[in-house]
Amino acid sequence: MDRLLLRGGRIIDPSQNIDGEMDLLIEGGKIAAIGKDIYRSGVDSPKTSVADFKILDLLGMVVAPGLIDMHTHLREPGFEYRETIRTGSEAASHGGFTSVACMPNTRPVNDNRSVTEFIIRRAAECNLVNVYPIAAISRGSKGVTMTEFWDLKNAGAVAFSDDGKPVTNSALMRRALEYASSLDMPIISHCEDVSLSAGGTINEGLVSTELGLAGIPDVAEDVMVARDIIISEFTGTVLHIAHVSTAGAVRLIRDARERGVKVTAETAPHYFSLTDEAVKEFDTNAKVYPPLRSMEDIIAIKEGLRDGTIAAIASDHAPHAITDKEVEFEYAASGIAGLETALALSLKLVTDGILTLNQLIEKMSANPARILHIPKGTLQVGADADITVIDLEKVWTVDPHGLRSKGKNSPFLGWTVKGKAILTIVGGGIKHRET
Amino acid sequence: MKLSKKDLLGIRDLTVEEINLILETAESFIEVSTRDIKKVPTLRGKTVINLFLEASTRTRTSFEIAGKRLSADTINISSTTSSIVKGETLIDTARNLEAMNPDVIVIRHSAAGAPQILARIMKQPIINAGDGAHEHPTQALLDLMTIRAKKGKVAGLKVAIVGDIAHSRVARSNIYGLTKMGAHVTVAGPATMMPRYIDRMGVTVCYRLEEAIRDADIIMMLRIQTERQQENLFPSLREYANYFCLNGENIKLAKDDVLVMHPGPINRGVEIAPEIADGPYSVILDQVTNGVAVRMALLYLLTGGK
Ligand SMILES: [Zn+2]
Ligand SMILES: [Zn+2]
Repeated sequence: MDRLLLRGGRIIDPSQNIDGEMDLLIEGGKIAAIGKDIYRSGVDSPKTSVADFKILDLLGMVVAPGLIDMHTHLREPGFEYRETIRTGSEAASHGGFTSVACMPNTRPVNDNRSVTEFIIRRAAECNLVNVYPIAAISRGSKGVTMTEFWDLKNAGAVAFSDDGKPVTNSALMRRALEYASSLDMPIISHCEDVSLSAGGTINEGLVSTELGLAGIPDVAEDVMVARDIIISEFTGTVLHIAHVSTAGAVRLIRDARERGVKVTAETAPHYFSLTDEAVKEFDTNAKVYPPLRSMEDIIAIKEGLRDGTIAAIASDHAPHAITDKEVEFEYAASGIAGLETALALSLKLVTDGILTLNQLIEKMSANPARILHIPKGTLQVGADADITVIDLEKVWTVDPHGLRSKGKNSPFLGWTVKGKAILTIVGGGIKHRET
Repeated sequence: MKLSKKDLLGIRDLTVEEINLILETAESFIEVSTRDIKKVPTLRGKTVINLFLEASTRTRTSFEIAGKRLSADTINISSTTSSIVKGETLIDTARNLEAMNPDVIVIRHSAAGAPQILARIMKQPIINAGDGAHEHPTQALLDLMTIRAKKGKVAGLKVAIVGDIAHSRVARSNIYGLTKMGAHVTVAGPATMMPRYIDRMGVTVCYRLEEAIRDADIIMMLRIQTERQQENLFPSLREYANYFCLNGENIKLAKDDVLVMHPGPINRGVEIAPEIADGPYSVILDQVTNGVAVRMALLYLLTGGK
């Protein structure tokens, strides 16, 4: 029996402008039908009987195209003590993601076909979520020599990024943008001017002043966003900016888009959920890169999400072992294990009236698919049956023992949040079901 | 009265009443240091560990003398290599120390927040002897004690703190302490050494020495780290000295009975001209004397003080 009927949920598919209580039929791993009362029409059909269906009643639940996290760190190969492709995939499916794109800052760096193929093979063995490798822009992400984009694309990479490090060489950035665009591949930029951020561990502001921690000024991000926009405008090619954290970056991206520059951007839930005040007790779980910023930045990021300047919400899932975090603040690793809290934190944008539920789903599914050029993020008939079912009312507490990720590093531990993925379906198969 | 917390991590955590309690206790200990036999049995049988993971002869010696004058057993653990380099984390170190059952731990560390880590996991009281550019509470307390001894009060005084404010834990702790006690604090230094939003900490900011010290009751000069020139925080030591050195000329702008303070060690001729450092306004040696008394008071108060 490979027919699954999702009955009576509120189906939201921004890619087709669908929002209503309907049924959805999955057959052979694909979406076979969508509409009112498919069940009855199925029974009416001479070839079908009730026994042919597995039926899930989803009254009151939201049925959405599978969520896509376009910015995840899976840590394997090289840092398996932090996360493996398996544990990361489990965390993803528990968080409601059906696809993740993983950053190349592994060891070795994903800068050649064999690492890309390894990731794809290991992900297939796990068989939980779709894993799309992002390959490095430069060999070893050292910022000197371009990787073999064509070969990496053919091996299965969907984008290029030296995430974790900025491409400091402007000429390399130019060539990468040109070369990648000829292959129809996006360049994802980690925007940071390292001469401005050097030595810093938290946002440069009142909190860094009070704590005596060296600050990272917001302009360290803005300067690089500006440079990349200027290069992208010059080459006329596509640029995607990762983890936007500052008001200045939002403004630069908005202005560029208005001029027609092909720039897209993502932010992560922590950048609209927390300010640098979260670091006040030297809490290393709130240490991220770029750092948590000020309330003015949060307001600007929300406005950027609202007006479409920021097209995507990604987790920037960065799991760490406890020993990476249980050290002096300045020595602590940066990052939040974000896959399992991303949806609930983002749903807060809907509750707060920043986004409609449709817009949120678009930013967590259709838009990342469009930016990465992957055939996902839709419930169109014939598409892969990647589906996330969300209980908007479910209230839960973020508890380290409940997290599937190996990384328990989260400043949201102990938070009570609302909204959870209760069912994650990938290629028609149920990968996670909330009990 | 007692201190409300088990640790002394920063002046920021202290109430005015607690600061007064510490200062009064310290004043009562001053007398011990003037005796022939400078020892009281107060902490006999107690163990004080001085965990100095950043070099500091002065502060360490001061704590050691404080412990010995109270008859405690003081043990010094010094290391200039960071815990990361040694491959042992601060938490490992803390668990090891805890197993030795000390009564109080004094920690100096180059990383801001390191004492907080110890305080979180250890049941023993932790005294912050300086953490990165964060706080140096015992220094601020001894400065308050010195001011009180010479001026009879702190409230209403005009205090100038001059130098590298951004990287100074002494500046931070003194800003917290002095403003809490009602002094008016002005900070001065090159703009590159002025951290963002420092004005929101309740101080006046200026960029000229002369402006800061005009009519000042107290001038606190901070030590300049010559390495900061590499970061382009100032163009040369010569230029810094020309514009920010307290000397016989510019000191005339201050009140006639101004006190000149410095946490030491001094770069003579850079922060303070020699004739001022060793002259009648200087209370730098009083600061050192009071440092022992303040540290005795804290050891006493935090170990349960009987
Ligand atoms: Zn990044
Ligand atoms: Zn990242």
